[in-house]
Amino acid sequence: MREEIIVRVGAKFLAPFIIMFALYVHFHGDYSPGGGFQAGVILAAAFALLALVYGLEAVQRVLPLWFTRMCAALGVLIFAGVGVVTMLLGHNYLGYNALAADPTHPEHGQHYGILLVELGVLVTVFGVMVTVFYHFAGRGRRDP
Amino acid sequence: MSTHLPVLQVVVPLLAAPVCALIRNARAAAVIAVLASWATLAIALSLLGDVMSAGVISYAIGDWVPPIGIEYRVDIVNAWVLVIVSTIASVVAPYMITSVADEVARGRIPLFYAAYLLCLCGLLGITITGDVFNVFVFLEISSLSAYALIAMGTRRRALTAAFRYLIMGSVGATFIVIGIGLLYVMTGSLNMADLAVLLPEVWDSRTVKVAYGFLGVGFCLKLALFPLHLWLPNAYAFAPSAVTAFMASTATKVAVYMLLRFFLTIFGAPFSFGVMALDRVLLPLALVAIVSMSLVAIFQVDVKRLLAYSSVAQIGYMVLGLSFASVTGLTATLLHLFNHALMKGALFMAMGCVVYRIGSVHIDAMAGLGKRMPWTMAAFVLGGLSLVGVPLTVGFVSKWFLILGALERGWWPVAVIVLLASVLALVYVWRVVEAAYFRPYGGDEGGPREAPWRLLVPTWALVGANLYFGISAVRTAQVAERAAEVLMTGVGP
Repeated sequence: MREEIIVRVGAKFLAPFIIMFALYVHFHGDYSPGGGFQAGVILAAAFALLALVYGLEAVQRVLPLWFTRMCAALGVLIFAGVGVVTMLLGHNYLGYNALAADPTHPEHGQHYGILLVELGVLVTVFGVMVTVFYHFAGRGRRDP
Repeated sequence: MSTHLPVLQVVVPLLAAPVCALIRNARAAAVIAVLASWATLAIALSLLGDVMSAGVISYAIGDWVPPIGIEYRVDIVNAWVLVIVSTIASVVAPYMITSVADEVARGRIPLFYAAYLLCLCGLLGITITGDVFNVFVFLEISSLSAYALIAMGTRRRALTAAFRYLIMGSVGATFIVIGIGLLYVMTGSLNMADLAVLLPEVWDSRTVKVAYGFLGVGFCLKLALFPLHLWLPNAYAFAPSAVTAFMASTATKVAVYMLLRFFLTIFGAPFSFGVMALDRVLLPLALVAIVSMSLVAIFQVDVKRLLAYSSVAQIGYMVLGLSFASVTGLTATLLHLFNHALMKGALFMAMGCVVYRIGSVHIDAMAGLGKRMPWTMAAFVLGGLSLVGVPLTVGFVSKWFLILGALERGWWPVAVIVLLASVLALVYVWRVVEAAYFRPYGGDEGGPREAPWRLLVPTWALVGANLYFGISAVRTAQVAERAAEVLMTGVGP
């Protein structure tokens, strides 16, 4: 598809919007349908689109396999780490109230907490999705 | 910090797993896995001590008060199972360092430890949580990592074995989540203690009975009760040796715990035994499992498969104890969870030593090994005696309580079958002993030497536990008996 000018320009044009939409789905997740899982899949879809049009090698120069694998593990650390932080702040595991900047409004902590935890989900889902895509797309060529 | 122990039980391995995957250094990952496993044992022992002295511990995740939020609820039953799982983990983890370095491709070793820690995290999570949906989540964590662990076996057939387990395991997990969904529809609650209060009002509804059926089939698939055991022999035979030792002593035990927890704590003994006739359903299945699987084991030539079939038979003993519907029967079940973990762990670890030296566990390849690898084979013999149920080993303690339970109900034919099955166990253990000690060694003079001490020490630690808890069974029997009473009386306020 490298010769199709419309596809090439279209993909280049769409990719940043897909990434933006992924971030919207994440950060708006507590007001509207969405959240970390959906955002991670959408984010991975942007890179899958680029890989389909520009080829696997081009995308892996920007987003190498070791990085996506690291993401897969890092997200779990973020999720579990938020729980540890709230525990160190004197609350129960994942007690988001601990994260509130203003102790008179502990419910603000719920907002930050869920965003951070969902960020962990986003990172892991993105990492796993792209890693799986790389492995399937790279089958039969060489070890990706 | 001690108030956070219930959640740390799960969080320690959960945090250690991604760290193992990130550092990508085999030696460092192994050290982390060992330290995390030992930490879980320390936490589990401390929890058991707290529960024995102070009663039920409840922990509200995210400060959400149960039954709204997820509750971690430790009583004597799951504290006991936590100790079983983490004991095996802390013995098998040091064993893994040498065994896995030999059997798994070098680049995959950090990921292997990550998968192992996730599996441990899932098993501990299933056990400690007081929320039925949380059980399903941890079940998936432990199962998915188990499929990956089994697929890392050296032979290519490990892949088909893992895939088969994946299909059967997913069917089981789906049945379980359908059952949980139906319970939620009927009661609007996912908290175990809350469900136990709400369910008696809707006992008559067909939905609850259907939920019971779905859950029952799902659990029996997971714990490999005959005739739903077909995934187990190949999965155990082709997995890396350390994985087999770990899974055989923990995964099915946790599945039995789930069965007990759902059917006795949530539904309650009166519903399970009175309305659903669980005892009459399980009794014949358990007896067929014990006899037929012991017979199948006798005709195996691969010793890991032989032990795997023996595991299915031993699961029959655990289910048999439940089918007595009495405190003595349940004591036998709970004791056998621990005892069977000790004996199968020791046996599979001894086979891991053999694989390390000669690369095969075919019964003909083991000819003459009694002289070549005296400590390894002695460990196998002692573990085998425990499996048969010889006095002064843990196997005898389990059988003693099982026979007591059978006689208490007046079912003396059942007691006879248990004794006959012990003879069958003697036959299949003897086949290995005969090959190792009474057949001449066939290879050249420079043949296999004794396994390294790094494999022998953990193996003998479990063999020692087999003898220690076989001779002084008072403490374990006390804990098991108290746990059985808790299960029979149902959840207190």
